[in-house]
Amino acid sequence: MRENLPALLVVVPLLLAPVAALVGRKAAWAVAAAACWWSLYASIALLQRVRAEGTISYEMGGWAPPYGIEYRIDLANIFVAIIVALIGAVTIPYARKSIAKEISDDRGALFYAAFILCLTGLLGIAVTGDVFNVFVFLEISSLSAYSMIALGEDRRALTAAFHYLIMGSVGASFIVIGIGLMYVMTGTLNMADLAVRLPEVADNRTIPVAFTFLTVGITLKLALFPLHLWLPNAYTYAPSAVTAFIASTATKVAVYLLLRFFFTVFGETFSFEVMELDRVLMPLSIVAILAMSLVAIYQANVKRLLAFSSVAQIGYMVLGISFGSVLGVTAGIIHLFNHALMKGALFMAMGCVMYSVGSVRIEKMAGLGKVMPWTMAAFVGGGLSLIGVPATVGFVSKWYLVQAALERGLWPVAGVVLIGSLMAAIYIWKVVEVAYFQSPDPDYEIREAPLSMLIPTWILVAASFYFGIDASLTASVATQAAETLIGGLP
Amino acid sequence: MTALGLFNYWAVIVLMMVGFYTLIARGNLVKKLIGLNIFQTAVIMMYVSFGKVTGGTAPILVEGEAAEGVLYSNPIPHVLMLTAIVVGVATLALGLSLVVRIKEAYGTIEEDEMRDGGL
Repeated sequence: MRENLPALLVVVPLLLAPVAALVGRKAAWAVAAAACWWSLYASIALLQRVRAEGTISYEMGGWAPPYGIEYRIDLANIFVAIIVALIGAVTIPYARKSIAKEISDDRGALFYAAFILCLTGLLGIAVTGDVFNVFVFLEISSLSAYSMIALGEDRRALTAAFHYLIMGSVGASFIVIGIGLMYVMTGTLNMADLAVRLPEVADNRTIPVAFTFLTVGITLKLALFPLHLWLPNAYTYAPSAVTAFIASTATKVAVYLLLRFFFTVFGETFSFEVMELDRVLMPLSIVAILAMSLVAIYQANVKRLLAFSSVAQIGYMVLGISFGSVLGVTAGIIHLFNHALMKGALFMAMGCVMYSVGSVRIEKMAGLGKVMPWTMAAFVGGGLSLIGVPATVGFVSKWYLVQAALERGLWPVAGVVLIGSLMAAIYIWKVVEVAYFQSPDPDYEIREAPLSMLIPTWILVAASFYFGIDASLTASVATQAAETLIGGLP
Repeated sequence: MTALGLFNYWAVIVLMMVGFYTLIARGNLVKKLIGLNIFQTAVIMMYVSFGKVTGGTAPILVEGEAAEGVLYSNPIPHVLMLTAIVVGVATLALGLSLVVRIKEAYGTIEEDEMRDGGL
């Protein structure tokens, strides 16, 4: 089993998904929990192996690469797989009560099947070393995500899912076109093989076209401004547990794809010196940080507010990548992990509010600090991280990001990072003010959310403080991952 | 290679743009899905054109003495597109089922009317 762990990481959830669809709702939850906890165990075991033995290359079905499909696991992608598995493992206990409340019983089992498929797809994108395999897993995760979003209570969830489907499919088709153009020039689909063969044909005009298609397709998937239009509605109207899971994993995996294609497949010389990618990504990510934080300030629905803040936070990650330096990519990868923790915690806190209050509009949250002290404290904890207060993970990300900006001598960009934090303070404060400094509506009774929802929320909040105080683990893994990506294949 | 020799690729570009335009410009959700499907079909045609080797025959192994010097077309793009077709069917099925539920919830599948209906 140890030898086949890279394949089992993906195959076990894939096989459990139809099982979940066939059994009842309660049993389906148990199957989903087994899938999530298995993938967490497998990805941690793989991380230990990668740290001890270096990059793992697994030949799917015994067919040797570059002809067979290769699963290639190094520090960068196992780190992403762990983020996905960790968020999945924490979301699933949370989902039991939250989903039972928000989704009708007869759809419960199918929901968990879609959840497992989404997890499978995201893990698959992370560990595969074959570019066409990336597309297949991308579609598995996206299609299941669309159907989960459509299960939201509000009828606007349907239109949100439909628009996500249209835009997501266009993005995926762009990625396929890019892959096809690379294939026609090199005759290979293996990432490591592409990295060797692409420089030989880099003068041909097809390669920049392939690069452009891939960049547009992936930035659509990761919701970089101005291709973020699908995201706010999808996050707002999806069931709470789905928002918490997708917000902290789907866009992160797309950011990883961006890193993989820019640095491993095309190489940073081509991406940053020939194509001058930083000239596109840096302005866009700066606009994303400033404009989307500003839009977030004016939202009356807190889930929508957090969704716009997510687009801004993706701006930070892409900003880190656009520096093209080891320090910048490290900042991007650290923020990937940190943002997954804090946004997961924040959306889960909103799920608790949704469970008890039935709405997440700001005016409905008056006085919640007194009636739901644990939920709102978790929200404040996650919010502090979003702002970037010292001793939280948000501070660690911003510290690296500002350092990376100053290393390149771009002090105005460092200023933008700080202004973004200031704006985050404003929109978090808006919620805190209503929740703590207004008196609750005496007409109806609100209770604290159940323990099975509070504990997962607090696990993420606690993690966001733990990794904020002791960042040595995340920082060392992220730095090594960045070095593997930029240094090419070991 | 004359412009006519690249006929496949011209067709791909035209189809792709037709699909993309329909996707953007139409307010009817079913028409949007049709546009998306034309777009995906163009991608499939592009891949299949990649697989053609000049003078190559169908990639079925020829046995015996006749096997000497047989030139095959590349089967891999075809195989990849089988997967892409399955993905396209799944996307279309999901999209259409969403449209059915949108019709139930809003009473219309026109984007303008949905917006007037109090979004």
